[in-house]
Amino acid sequence: MTRLSALYQDVILDHNRSPLNYRRMENANRRVEGNNPLCGDRLTVWLRMEGGVIADATFQGLGCAISMASASLMTSAVKGKTRAEAEALFNRFRRMITGSGEPAETESLGKLAVFSGVSEFPIKVKCASLSWHAMKAALDEPDAVVSTE
Amino acid sequence: MTGAAGQRGSGGATAAKSSSVGTGTDSAGAFAAPLPGRTDSLLDVNRIRADFPILRQRVRGKPLIYLDNAATSQKPQAVIDAITRFYTAENANIHRGVHYLSERATAAYDQVREQVTRFINARSAREVIFTKGTTEGINLVAQTFGRTNLKPGDDIVITAMEHHSNIVPWQLVCEQTGATLKAVPINEAGELELAEFERLLTDRTRLVALVHVSNALGTINPVKRLVAIAHAHGIPVLVDGAQAVPHLRVDVQDLDCDFYVFSGHKVYGPTGVGVLYGREALLEKMPPYQGGGDMIATVTLQRSTWAALPAKFEAGTPMIAEVMGLGAALDYFTDLDLGKIAAWEHELLSTATARLKEVPGVRLIGTAKEKAGVLGFVIEGVHPHDIGTILDDQGIAIRAGHHCAQPVMEHFGVPATARASFAFYNTLDEVDALADGILTVKKMFTR
Repeated sequence: MTRLSALYQDVILDHNRSPLNYRRMENANRRVEGNNPLCGDRLTVWLRMEGGVIADATFQGLGCAISMASASLMTSAVKGKTRAEAEALFNRFRRMITGSGEPAETESLGKLAVFSGVSEFPIKVKCASLSWHAMKAALDEPDAVVSTE
Repeated sequence: MTGAAGQRGSGGATAAKSSSVGTGTDSAGAFAAPLPGRTDSLLDVNRIRADFPILRQRVRGKPLIYLDNAATSQKPQAVIDAITRFYTAENANIHRGVHYLSERATAAYDQVREQVTRFINARSAREVIFTKGTTEGINLVAQTFGRTNLKPGDDIVITAMEHHSNIVPWQLVCEQTGATLKAVPINEAGELELAEFERLLTDRTRLVALVHVSNALGTINPVKRLVAIAHAHGIPVLVDGAQAVPHLRVDVQDLDCDFYVFSGHKVYGPTGVGVLYGREALLEKMPPYQGGGDMIATVTLQRSTWAALPAKFEAGTPMIAEVMGLGAALDYFTDLDLGKIAAWEHELLSTATARLKEVPGVRLIGTAKEKAGVLGFVIEGVHPHDIGTILDDQGIAIRAGHHCAQPVMEHFGVPATARASFAFYNTLDEVDALADGILTVKKMFTR
């Protein structure tokens, strides 16, 4: 697999083309906008927290294939997780995409491991993590704007 | 400080225009041979490329194809040498020392100002201010001319195709003075709505600020005509020439503009140096931009008086080495045949435009009749950043994003575009590689 095909894996391209959880959530109790001002990527993440658990997560926005697919898989991955579990997952995900994680840890990320190729593209780290930053901010603040800068 | 003068002839542009131009059917072999003969048709590109050491390298295992010239151009050896030579043998502060090196550096610095004066055909060197770039030139005018001439109820007219550097400085001065900023709209091709331009000018308009060549669209604005219209209303005009100077012959007296700004690094010179041309009568009336050394006549602890032009606007030790580099760049550039360069760049742009038009799903952003250097586009279903990343993997450098022109993106209803921008050292093989690369992008995203 070339460096490029490791980045743009079929799973990522599929999620880019038809992202999961791509909708505004009417009964959300958390909403955060994420911006990547240098490249203009912008997305909104909605969460519904029920008793300390993420009952639902959705997003909408525009960005490159990596940021779209990452938001699609992030919203799927955090559903049903507690706040602590979601944050721990983000930490592991971040270690993987920055290339500082152990291989075993990457494997434990399941479907999210498809983003391991990002570590070869430092410029794409922000794209892959934008929706995660927004999700984390939504856990902390019910209504906020986060920026990758 | 004479740069590359005399090192290069006018190029072997004798061969008739090759019939294979732009067919692109031999794409598999695009990298196999060094530039085939067809690129010699208008300009001796091979000889010119030899002057740019950076173009010899491979990136990502492929020959570098540099199509991000609107962001910054590459530098000929003569420019690199001029800067090295200055720091190796000539470095001293200027306008200060009585010693040999300072005397020489001062003379060389002032000589480049004379050179710029001739390059843009200013009336005198007093009208040529060195800045750190286009952005600083515009901010200088906004904070001096703007602040002293704007009152609540006044307005400034810009256009909807400006770079952020010709929007934000005016927004700042409008906030400071209570003036209003208005923008001339653009049409679907990315051309100014000329009827709207005249309609927006009122007796409260204090300045028109507009771009000569759009960095996002490539549109060449009819600046001379627009200046004449504005002057008929008694309104001075600032022209942002950052993208024009590398492609067009600029004559500030012919344009009759009141301010003209550009950057050295887009015209094959170093970063950190640019030029503000200003009509002497206006510059005389403007207060200083920054205070410090070199811009004063006398200083007491109570008050100071200002140096004469152009020193009044050049506080502190300037970017001396960069000015030397700019001098070498202008020597190099003016030594080329600008007519041939323009014809060659037009050939590159029109060939690339034709190739991209053939690709289903590609939409060109910026289709003005008069264009220079820039090819903006989007591909259906593919974000411009992904285009940029995939092309980069093939050694092709383009820009993807909003190009510091978010209002332009909004006008075309896109979050970003991909932009290939050309310089005279680009080749038709590189255009082919770009077109092939775009087919690769499409293949990846539709598999």
